[in-house]
Amino acid sequence: MSATVYVPGDAGALSIGAGAVAAGIAAEASRRGVALDLVRNGSRGAYWLEPLVEVVTPAGRCAYGPVRAPDVPSLFAADFLNGGAHPLALGRTDSIPWLKGQQRLTFERVGIVDPASVVDYVKHGGYQGLTQALSLAPTDVVQAITTSGLRGRGGAAFPTGIKWKTVLDQPATQKYVTCNADEGDSGTFSDRMLMEGDPFALIEGMTIAGIAVGATSGFIYLRAEYPHALAALKTAIAAAYQAHYLGADVAGSGKRFDLEVRVGAGAYICGEETSMLESLEGRRGEVRVRPPLPAIKGLFGQPTIVNNVVTLASVPWILAHGAEAYANFGMGKSRGTLPLQLAGNIRRGGLIERAFGLTLRELLYDYGGGTATGKPIRAVQVGGPLGAYIPPAQFDTAVDYEALSAIGAMLGHGGIVVFDDTVDMARMARYAMEFCAIESCGKCTPCRIGSTRGVEVIDRIIAGVDAEHNVQLLEELCDLMVQGSLCGLGGMAPFPVQSALKYFREDFRARH
Amino acid sequence: MPPRPTYTGRMETLLPSDTTVVRRIVAEHKGRPGPLLEVLHAIQAAMGFIPAGAVPVVAEELNLSRAEVHGVVTFYHYFRTARPGAHTVSLCQAEACQSMGAEELAAHARQRLGIDFHETTADGKFSLEPVYCLGNCACSPAAMIDGELHGRLTADAFDALIRETAST
Repeated sequence: MSATVYVPGDAGALSIGAGAVAAGIAAEASRRGVALDLVRNGSRGAYWLEPLVEVVTPAGRCAYGPVRAPDVPSLFAADFLNGGAHPLALGRTDSIPWLKGQQRLTFERVGIVDPASVVDYVKHGGYQGLTQALSLAPTDVVQAITTSGLRGRGGAAFPTGIKWKTVLDQPATQKYVTCNADEGDSGTFSDRMLMEGDPFALIEGMTIAGIAVGATSGFIYLRAEYPHALAALKTAIAAAYQAHYLGADVAGSGKRFDLEVRVGAGAYICGEETSMLESLEGRRGEVRVRPPLPAIKGLFGQPTIVNNVVTLASVPWILAHGAEAYANFGMGKSRGTLPLQLAGNIRRGGLIERAFGLTLRELLYDYGGGTATGKPIRAVQVGGPLGAYIPPAQFDTAVDYEALSAIGAMLGHGGIVVFDDTVDMARMARYAMEFCAIESCGKCTPCRIGSTRGVEVIDRIIAGVDAEHNVQLLEELCDLMVQGSLCGLGGMAPFPVQSALKYFREDFRARH
Repeated sequence: MPPRPTYTGRMETLLPSDTTVVRRIVAEHKGRPGPLLEVLHAIQAAMGFIPAGAVPVVAEELNLSRAEVHGVVTFYHYFRTARPGAHTVSLCQAEACQSMGAEELAAHARQRLGIDFHETTADGKFSLEPVYCLGNCACSPAAMIDGELHGRLTADAFDALIRETAST
């Protein structure tokens, strides 16, 4: 019997040497005449342990990491194929404390299954949600999503069931399901990990959405910066067609659902839903004025679901295990789990899926272990480039939509970027405005002009030109952008600036 | 950073062989809904960039105005209107990578390659581009070279990658 070895093909793992490790293991096995089944799985999300190599033993999957290519001969010498002792041995993968404490629902298969295999997906519980959905009336599928309390994981946190109900209620011959996979926020990679590690979960979620609201066509709008995810999705979609989980007769139900991937072209604004629809239609990604809502008049003018990757990939679990089971996780109005992403200057970075309610402190220190540089944490930015900077005094805040909102922050897509005490918060504020200026679609004036003026005002503050007056001017500009912008880009780009001014005012002074 | 190269929109005529390529690409995608971005991606994949002379051809084939096609080409950062170097180095400059020294790494890269962002080396080997997030934020700082992702980069690791890439 040949041994089964898992070496992640996840882009993040590849970026730190997983490709060389996989090649090294294959070569060493061949040199030793050992038969090997080498599976390229997704990442478990513990990037501080990547490249994480796993072997299947009678006791379960055992992990070694972080493995570098030169370690490979010594792993063979230590008989790692049978779970042998080695300095890099981590024991059973599911008993690694960082992973063990997590509550993986949406990411239950990521890092575990072969992302190219529909058979492996089904073996690990895949397509049970679809089977359940096909046995229900469309209104009951939508009701299950409403009951689960699922809210949009892309950042806006809008109740998913209400959005679906709106689309379901529209009389139209053609409706669409679109997936927003334009994960542009710095500090976030959960969509990428899911698409690379368990693409069938997204495909199944979109198929269920289509069946629930009567849409026969789906599009995944994927950012151009994710070539590995593109390859994984294309492989999985082809396999799903082959196995009749997509196409004219989904799982023998007689219902049609077609799905294709469209690639963006490096515009951050296309993560805004109406801009994404414009881009999908082949136009400049300029934001649309709402109403009408996309649920009523979306892609090509038809009723359209627009949901984020994680939102849609959570749907199969909810259908398979029941809406109440999902709603039992979480607190207050934030039900279920959230894949949080610990990023930037952090010792143990990666993806942590837990029920809502964990505090920032638990995340940053218990999971994260503090900064990678070993210096104190001075600030964290939660929710991407439009999210507020939070000082250590507020680290006891719970990570849920309402608790963060209560301190003027936002959870967004769940990314947390950590900075040590060398960070210059005036420069970070300047960057927020600069980023907005680079990425503004140009449709509304507060965003297009305001962001450029914001950079200039901060430059004057840093240069020591009439600082007091210019800080006041900056505050007024932020207020105007928040109140007057057409969408969240100009409307939220001031959040990091305002929070930097509020908590780190001492950085807004003249430089030498 | 210097401004991106300006797309002039001037009338340029493609070589007949390139016109054939562009017409063939449009024909492949024409029947799909909202095909313009797909067409532009395919042209860039085939030719390395989107030549100004391709704009009127695409416009004619898709029954759009030249202004519409020009508008889309220039809206998106990813579409290039000038021939890039043989290798494209994209350095992430977003917050997570900044927290781990992305700006210092960019300064090093500029010096090592002798070019600024949006420029190409004189020998035509490398183009240097900023990128705002590669989704590798737990392994910062990150870069992408010819579609390959690299994480936890240092100046030395960057130099080694450049040497390795230059020799291919």
